[in-house]
Amino acid sequence: MAINGTTTPIAAARLRRSGMTRKSMFLRRPFFTMALAITFGFALCAIFAPQLAPFDPVAQSIEAMMAPPDSVHLLGTDSYGQDILSRIIHGTRYALLIGLCSVALGAIGGLVLGVAAGLASGKTEWILLRVIDSILALPSLILAVAFIAILGQGVDKVIIAVALSLIGPFARTVRSDVLQVKVQLFVEAAGLMSIPRFTVIRRHILPNVLFPLLVQVTIRISEAILVSSSLSFLGIGVTPPTPDWGLMIAEGRSFVSFAAWMSGMPGLALALLLIALSIVGDAMREEFDPKLRTGR
Amino acid sequence: MLEPGMDAMIDPANERVATEREALFELLDVEKVYEVTKSEGFLKRSRRKLAALDGVRLRIDQGASMALVGESGSGKSTLLRVLLGLTEPTQGLALYRGRSVNQMRDAGPDFARDVAMVYQDARGSLNPRMTVGQLIAEPLRHFGICPEAEIPQRTNALLARVGLAADVAARYPAAMSGGQIRRVAIARALASNPTVLVADEAVSGLDVSTQAQLLNLLRKLQKDMGLTLIFITHDLGVASYLCEEIAIMYLGRIVETGPTQAVLDNPAHPYSKALRHSAPEFFEPISDPLPGEIPSPLDLPPGCRFSGRCTVAQSDCLANDPALTRQGQDRAVACYHPFAMSNISPEGIKERHVTF
Repeated sequence: MAINGTTTPIAAARLRRSGMTRKSMFLRRPFFTMALAITFGFALCAIFAPQLAPFDPVAQSIEAMMAPPDSVHLLGTDSYGQDILSRIIHGTRYALLIGLCSVALGAIGGLVLGVAAGLASGKTEWILLRVIDSILALPSLILAVAFIAILGQGVDKVIIAVALSLIGPFARTVRSDVLQVKVQLFVEAAGLMSIPRFTVIRRHILPNVLFPLLVQVTIRISEAILVSSSLSFLGIGVTPPTPDWGLMIAEGRSFVSFAAWMSGMPGLALALLLIALSIVGDAMREEFDPKLRTGR
Repeated sequence: MLEPGMDAMIDPANERVATEREALFELLDVEKVYEVTKSEGFLKRSRRKLAALDGVRLRIDQGASMALVGESGSGKSTLLRVLLGLTEPTQGLALYRGRSVNQMRDAGPDFARDVAMVYQDARGSLNPRMTVGQLIAEPLRHFGICPEAEIPQRTNALLARVGLAADVAARYPAAMSGGQIRRVAIARALASNPTVLVADEAVSGLDVSTQAQLLNLLRKLQKDMGLTLIFITHDLGVASYLCEEIAIMYLGRIVETGPTQAVLDNPAHPYSKALRHSAPEFFEPISDPLPGEIPSPLDLPPGCRFSGRCTVAQSDCLANDPALTRQGQDRAVACYHPFAMSNISPEGIKERHVTF
């Protein structure tokens, strides 16, 4: 009873303090708050695209070809007379879908490969490390191009190609975390309790590796979106007339001297989303990575 | 290898096995050698042998409490790893109930259940992503100590036993103080109902008041649960409070063993004596600090390993290496010229030392 009496106010104070720091994270980082709002805006666009878009994104119109921004077509139209705003709103779906799915797949692949490389020893470790190195040796765009060449075109193929090209960086960070965690005393203590190795990995190593990986995921989403847009821009990603930003930029490229809005608007949307995502990712890392946290 | 004193030591010891308490751990001339490579200039490396343990003989009875004392680098931690079966001795035998420790560990979870460990770095030995309740439930579940439904109850009982409130079960280790975290580590060690509790510097680096609480707790637990306690420390005060027996280590060898009280009141080995007198006492200057540094185990001095720092070393100390031999009723010392163990007061020893 006495113990309860003393701990309750302490716990309450701790709650209050943690509430204060949580609130101040948004106040302390105005750019983070702005970037988060923008990211949420894009996410809403993606979810409610059919309701938000004023036109059908693939409806062509001869009368309104290459119309500059006006009151009907807010961001103008492209060479087929398709409304650019509607295409950008629908394009958000593809950008976020490809970004999230490929990063999720890449993170899972990187986790498996990284944990295996971190725990293995001898020849197995050597082979796994060479696999990771060979993925890391090429920039992710070049790798994605190579995988697309094998897999063919389409949204699902782009997701797989980008995911495969992201496995390398994920595997490397996971492996270095595993190397750090596996020498910790609590892992030895679990071994001392004769807990089976597989259970030790699942219960003690994985949870301590997963959290830094999640921070990595938020940072890599923007890279995945950029790579997928680059693939479309090169004409080997998703196929037209899918409203994809990279594809739209590529289509407007030849008219850029007299109809700059055709490439400029989707380019602006892409830049805005990527900058917002990287600010969010950086803030998350600085906030939750104990190694970067300096005395506040 | 056999030295004259050894037969004399082993025979009475064997008699004791038959007559008295069962030996739980027995170390028979355990050696642990690590190979170290040292670079000598460009592209030239020499491999040398480092004996972390060198001819350790030790016997720990069921229900005993044994303190292992020594400077850092004396091989305490290596001895511990051999006892726990984490490393295999290069030479000699480490036995648990008459069977090799490594075999016991490979044979199944029984050894792990019997021998529990409290780490020096208690916080590091607890997974930071598990709550205290989950941490204590892990051995309960692993060894099948009690049915699933009784686990919360059992956890609370263990927490109460080490003097923690039941509501800490929901907390994470990061939210607890140094003293609390050691209690959690002890509670987890006790969860498997062990016979032996091995504690590595379990109270070092804490406030004196917290230390005292933990020492009282350990003593109470030992008495109530009939635990065999192996306590590693560098603090003679802690050793004398907690343990009936003491083994003093120097450079990978046990130089003196015996009942704590007798050894500390009346040390026979010059090193034990120096240790005893280098402990600070209230309002007294430290009488005679040990001269010099502990030599590197890579190049041990010839003869007795303590001869370089010994105040009473004689010519035979430099020629031969003394083994741990029995002296008197239940003491053993590795010295050719031990101090007399008759009942003279510590002051008497000091006077005698001065006249040397």
